[in-house]
Amino acid sequence: MAEQKIPLWEVFIRSRNGLAHKHVGSLHAVDATMALQAARDVYTRRGEGLSLWVVPSAAIVASDPADKDVMFEPTASKIYRHPTFYEVPDEVGHM
Amino acid sequence: MYTQALNARDTTAPVAGPEEAARADRFQARIDAEERIEPNDWMPEAYRRTLTRQISQHAHSEIVGMLPEGNWITRAPTLKRKAALLAKVQDEAGHGLYLYSAAETLGTSREEMFDQLLAGRAKYSSIFNYPTLTWADIGAIGWLVDGAAIMNQIPLCRCSYGPYARAMVRVCKEESFHQRQGYEIMLTLCRGTPEQKAMAQDALNRWWWPCLMMFGPPDAESQHSDQSAKWKIKRFSNDELRQKFVDATVPQGQYLGLTFPDPDLAYDEAEGRWRYGTIDWEEFKQVLAGNGPCNRQRMKQRRDAHAAGAWVREAAMAHAAKRARRAEAAKAAALQQAA
Ligand SMILES: [Fe+2]
Ligand SMILES: [Fe+2]
Ligand SMILES: [Fe+2]
Repeated sequence: MAEQKIPLWEVFIRSRNGLAHKHVGSLHAVDATMALQAARDVYTRRGEGLSLWVVPSAAIVASDPADKDVMFEPTASKIYRHPTFYEVPDEVGHM
Repeated sequence: MYTQALNARDTTAPVAGPEEAARADRFQARIDAEERIEPNDWMPEAYRRTLTRQISQHAHSEIVGMLPEGNWITRAPTLKRKAALLAKVQDEAGHGLYLYSAAETLGTSREEMFDQLLAGRAKYSSIFNYPTLTWADIGAIGWLVDGAAIMNQIPLCRCSYGPYARAMVRVCKEESFHQRQGYEIMLTLCRGTPEQKAMAQDALNRWWWPCLMMFGPPDAESQHSDQSAKWKIKRFSNDELRQKFVDATVPQGQYLGLTFPDPDLAYDEAEGRWRYGTIDWEEFKQVLAGNGPCNRQRMKQRRDAHAAGAWVREAAMAHAAKRARRAEAAKAAALQQAA
């Protein structure tokens, strides 16, 4: 049976403690309204959060895992980006 | 377990060239280092195929598993039991959805997986082909079937495939309520009238052996496990998980004051574990082959439900398309007005 495919959506929830929306999973829905409704039913049955985002999966642009080294490797050598790179005498106290 | 039919060797693996072999080595090294494999990462075709089958079978099991319990929703003895059972069955639908989503990331569409199930080409757990004859069966299912599922699913939270492992974390959080509500039903029956206790005993008698079969064939006969263990999809063998389940469950049954339908069940002091009798693997084979007490009924119910929902899916798609068209037209009109 060749039924029309129902689009895929990614679901994000912001938990009650004010953190950023976090990806929790995906679901199929014909439009945004039904995607939100389904996300509420499927992903928030136990007080998981206070805010929901649904985003068409097709709208997400992802980095290519093959480019992982080019993309992320250079940061490993830039240790001066971290606070521990800098010397502050003990007498100065916490900084 | 929920993926018992996987215990056959995959014979379709292509012969690998040197480049493919090098990639496979790098892949295995990542697995050995406990790295998680993500959807867009390179993976051997056999890994993809094995996982697609395993996760989709797991998903089918969650969905078909709603049928035996759904059978008692309208006849639950109290409003509290009815609300709990409804919530549990709703959870199982959610489990099916998390799992289908995880399987889809491997490149097989939801529609394709549904078709495989409805056409009888995909398997689901043998356990859901047994009937729920009395209310006590709902207690036995929660206690034993969900208990067995938990044994299997906890190690899957560390499965090498990221989306499957994450789905399992969500599922495991929800399963513990399932098992506890089932055990509480059994406890209530066992503390009730002699007839109620007899009903609980009868349910245990009928569900015990099929639950032991949930873990799949004995290790000696299951050829599939080696590769799955190497890929860190399966971290414990069928027999190891079965033994864990028996050891955890027998004392719980004793607390209920029930007896297990196994004259050979005995505590092995030296080993610190429960020895159990011989499982009827012929029955297991028959149920998997489609000849269990309810196989036909379950498949018919699933097919009917899918067919009955077709107009809803079509209408929703048509409605969404109409709304999108109208929104387009409104935008075009607004632009024209502005010009
Ligand atoms: Fe479940
Ligand atoms: Fe399950
Ligand atoms: Fe469950």
